[in-house]
Amino acid sequence: MHDILSNFINLDAITILYLFGVGFVGGLVSGFIGSGGAFVLTPGMMSLGVPGLVAVASNMCHKFPKALVGALKRAKYGQVDVKLGIVLGISAEAGVLYGAQIQENIKKTFGDAGSNLYVSVAFVVILATVGGFVLYDAWRTYKSGNSQTAETTGKLAKWVQSINIPGTMVYFKSIDARVSILFTIPLGFSTGMLAATIAVGGFIGVPAMIYVLGAPSLMASATELVIAFVMGLGGSLKYAMHGLVDIRLAMIILAGSLFGIQLGAIGTTYVKPFMIKVVMGLIMVIVLFSRGLMVPVYLAQLGLIEKLSEGTVSLLKTTSFAIMIFALMLGAFIVLRAMWQGRQAERLQHATGALEHGKV
Amino acid sequence: MAHSSTKKKPVGAMIVMGIISAALYATLLVKQDVVNSTFAQGGLYALLPIITAFVFSYFHGTFTGHFWTVLGVEASKKKMEVK
Repeated sequence: MHDILSNFINLDAITILYLFGVGFVGGLVSGFIGSGGAFVLTPGMMSLGVPGLVAVASNMCHKFPKALVGALKRAKYGQVDVKLGIVLGISAEAGVLYGAQIQENIKKTFGDAGSNLYVSVAFVVILATVGGFVLYDAWRTYKSGNSQTAETTGKLAKWVQSINIPGTMVYFKSIDARVSILFTIPLGFSTGMLAATIAVGGFIGVPAMIYVLGAPSLMASATELVIAFVMGLGGSLKYAMHGLVDIRLAMIILAGSLFGIQLGAIGTTYVKPFMIKVVMGLIMVIVLFSRGLMVPVYLAQLGLIEKLSEGTVSLLKTTSFAIMIFALMLGAFIVLRAMWQGRQAERLQHATGALEHGKV
Repeated sequence: MAHSSTKKKPVGAMIVMGIISAALYATLLVKQDVVNSTFAQGGLYALLPIITAFVFSYFHGTFTGHFWTVLGVEASKKKMEVK
């Protein structure tokens, strides 16, 4: 138990404020796109001296109650598909366990540097392909001038919806169609695997619901909160059984993130659906550069390239972390700006309406 | 904000939930040594952080919800349904 207790850092006012602030911004983005924040929170806690596993465990223990509050809020706006969230969430749980096992095996075989390299390469490959596509799709919608109209179902989603495998078909309200769970299981599993690897399963989960299943962006991002709740609850219990959750860290981050997630959820009611893709795609692509910068550091540690000087390593690490914070701040800025503009437009419309009806 | 002015704002509920939330956080931080040594025992004690998370999210989540409502930050009246 002494070993376990030595995992827990001393908290001072600055640390508390820092965690509260990052929690708020992370919550704001999560409330809007369904996930995010963890990629800054985990390294952020580690920079305070929290051991890696305790940082992952504590982050997870703040994630599930946050996701619950966000999901309940967005359910009020009719954006949540609980059934889809639970079906994907259960398979995601299996993905988390498998992903964690792979991580452990890589760590055993190749050490910390090998494990970090695996995480960074997963970040770069997935964020480049999926993030690039999400951003491209948002850009295409914006350029086509159709950003005001309802989203249309893509070709892949139409094909998935057209496949009928007897005994496996389930109706989902967000898609308004029956889809075989043989499609949802691998999607949930990949979401969980990604969550276990880079801590943000939503970077797979949300695009998968939009492009593979055909769910509208708003519903996909809201349903991701249900998946995050299911995954986070199971994960937290697993880590807590090993005494790895620092409940103080988790609850302080939660304090900030519950302010943020309410605001992010409210924000979704003011924006055009393609804004979800804009925020998600931008964050993914910026984070990709952040992680990409760390690849040479791990390659050098593994002896695969020439050794880097200490100054270079430190510069790369600092730049990488700064870019991640920038990604989160930019996401939060876009959400707040879009919300502000939406509110202004609605007020103007309200005032015009009142004038027309001779109320003023 | 313009539309919410006609509706009664949950100021009382926000204050009550805020006090409960602040008391929970104060207890957690003041008693952090006892909390850490108990919660980190693992096994069945794993339920303690989970229950704590649910309790905090209920009180603090309700407080933050009321907080934005009282400030006048509310969902758009137009788009309550997605489909």
